[in-house]
Amino acid sequence: MATETLTLGKALNAGLRKALENDPKVVIMGEDVGKLGGVFRITDGLQKDFGDQRVIDTPLAESGIIGTAVGLAIRGFRPVCEIQFDGFVYPAYDQIVSQVAKMHYRSQGKVRIPMVIRIPYGGGIGAVEHHSESPEAYFAHTAGLKVVTCANPQDGYSMIQQAIASDDPIVFLEPKRRYWEKGPVELDAPLGEAYPLHAARVARPGTDATVLAYGPMVRTALDAATAAAEDGRELEVVDLRTLSPLDLTAAYESVKRTGRCVVVHEAPGNLGLGSEIAARITEECFYSLESPVLRVTGFDTPYPAARVEEEYLPDLDRVLDAVDRTFGW
Amino acid sequence: MAKGDPGAATRSKRAAPRTKRAAATGEPELVQLLTPEGERIESALGPDGTEYRVDFTDEEYRGLYRDLVLVRKLDAEATALQRQGELGLWASLLGQEAAQVGSGRALRTQDMAFPTYREHGVLYCRGIDPIMPLGLFRGVDQGGWDPNEFKFNMYTIVIGAQTLHATGYAMGVAMDGKTGSDEGEAVIAYFGDGATSQGDVNESFVWASVFNAPLVFFCQNNQYAISEPLERQTRVPLYQRAGGFGFPGVRVDGNDVLASYAVTRHALDNARHGQGPSLIEAYTYRMGAHTTSDDPTRYRIASEVEAWQAKDPIARMKAFLTKQQIVDDSFFAEVDEQARAESVHLRERVLAMPDPEPVTMFDHVYPNGSPELDEQRAQFTKYLESFEGSAH
Repeated sequence: MATETLTLGKALNAGLRKALENDPKVVIMGEDVGKLGGVFRITDGLQKDFGDQRVIDTPLAESGIIGTAVGLAIRGFRPVCEIQFDGFVYPAYDQIVSQVAKMHYRSQGKVRIPMVIRIPYGGGIGAVEHHSESPEAYFAHTAGLKVVTCANPQDGYSMIQQAIASDDPIVFLEPKRRYWEKGPVELDAPLGEAYPLHAARVARPGTDATVLAYGPMVRTALDAATAAAEDGRELEVVDLRTLSPLDLTAAYESVKRTGRCVVVHEAPGNLGLGSEIAARITEECFYSLESPVLRVTGFDTPYPAARVEEEYLPDLDRVLDAVDRTFGW
Repeated sequence: MAKGDPGAATRSKRAAPRTKRAAATGEPELVQLLTPEGERIESALGPDGTEYRVDFTDEEYRGLYRDLVLVRKLDAEATALQRQGELGLWASLLGQEAAQVGSGRALRTQDMAFPTYREHGVLYCRGIDPIMPLGLFRGVDQGGWDPNEFKFNMYTIVIGAQTLHATGYAMGVAMDGKTGSDEGEAVIAYFGDGATSQGDVNESFVWASVFNAPLVFFCQNNQYAISEPLERQTRVPLYQRAGGFGFPGVRVDGNDVLASYAVTRHALDNARHGQGPSLIEAYTYRMGAHTTSDDPTRYRIASEVEAWQAKDPIARMKAFLTKQQIVDDSFFAEVDEQARAESVHLRERVLAMPDPEPVTMFDHVYPNGSPELDEQRAQFTKYLESFEGSAH
């Protein structure tokens, strides 16, 4: 088995390449995805190898990207659309929410839109405004869309292929500040044997409290767990991976053992994924809880200027502070 | 309708074809082959010098008339059904029959159409049972069918959204190598004058142009976007917008079924041969309300409606058939009887549409399903069952 050490960005690139190789109906489309290879180089080299009919540089209009991809999907293609940055997805919001999400439902199952919408999301790269947002709740709230996010190179490689192979329309969120983090990737493992797309996974086992995180915050949660262990406290970290549908099976099992739960995400707390997760855990694990489910999130402000984003983003200390509070209840 | 291609437009230049010029008539410049009085015009020039003409057999003329009458009658039946509480809403095509029948009959079997929610006439010309969209308006379903089975996409209610779908589909046609011959595929996108202000429509113009998509943009300019007149959407004639995007545009008399056919057939054939997109502005008038929820007397005057009444698409076709002695009175009676019978049949089937079972609202949200939804459905089913045996 060929295991290589790749960055998340390279792993995603390898996964996209594999998808293009395996299915001639897969097309990649977006702004600058061709010659440039995307502003983050996730599609680097793909147009050169697969041609400009498979890897399409589109005009600069997000609604157009998604809307034309709907037509391509009706025609039988499997479009993989890149939205350049999280904050630029909103011009396409109508097409995603009113068209992509509802075609299968409206047609009583006769029309499938097997589309993947890749969005580099989240902060931490010192960007100007509109380049650091976490829009997952908008899409997770929309019936008909599935929403997933990867946290490490292996998942990036497998999950992007699984998402493209799925007939469900999937918003695929890529934690942009983790693009350069490396990890082992099994390049030759059959996709059928990969960990399921719509399933959470325990990223680090523990016994004292449960930390639920996804995307860029999984790394933060794992760092917090390492720090907590030095103080003699074992945190269990669950990487949620799938945000719609949520898979909280592992979370319920964990919280019933630990009695304490902290949910972490970069997006603002108000009506964020953490709110839904806290409600469900409270319903399911009520008699096991030693404290309320706590949330560590971005604040309910617009994403702030880059020089203060380190204070906005949940970090190791804020996670540990919340864990401490679950013990002080 | 036409087997083979007797009605194809030709590009050959002939002596002194007519165009209606704004200066001469007070009318906007448009392609017309049948006057409101039912006089045939041999051929007409488009703004780029294209000459449009049709050469139908008598039987084909009769077929077009039959289509016009049938789609108007079925539409009137749907309006009546709404008034009687059997449909929640209806968007009438009254006045736009010629634009829809002309363009609909211009489509070849392999062509694909992307309608708004008012293209009942195009749907009929595609050979689709007119009952199909009524589930949406009765509220028993969301109006779904398989676009590829009928070569006719689902109705789209969000204004202009379907033009991007049509563009993507047309890009796919080209990517599949299905252009460049008589057997090539072309795509038509329907929208209205109000939609031309939408970003999606303008984006679809950009996309279709730069990718040279085999696509005809068919704008039925019926003069109103609900209450807002054309002047609120544009300062230039809509067909002239095409020039800025890099493809040809033409304005056709949308109440003239012959010209609508000729112009659309020409544009579709150009598209299927790989010559890219074009824009047709079918200049027409919405004789009825925007939908059954609308009251047009609040925003337009009776004399305007009367002026358009004089340009009625069916009356001019009837006058033409009569003057040319293509038909006799028994033909008109026979068509009216067919229309009556089909509308009765439609009514009976609408009334027989069953309400869906409540739990079916959980069906088809995702091709691969969702455990969360499965759980909600199970809970809801159990909840409903808790009422079984109790008095409602």
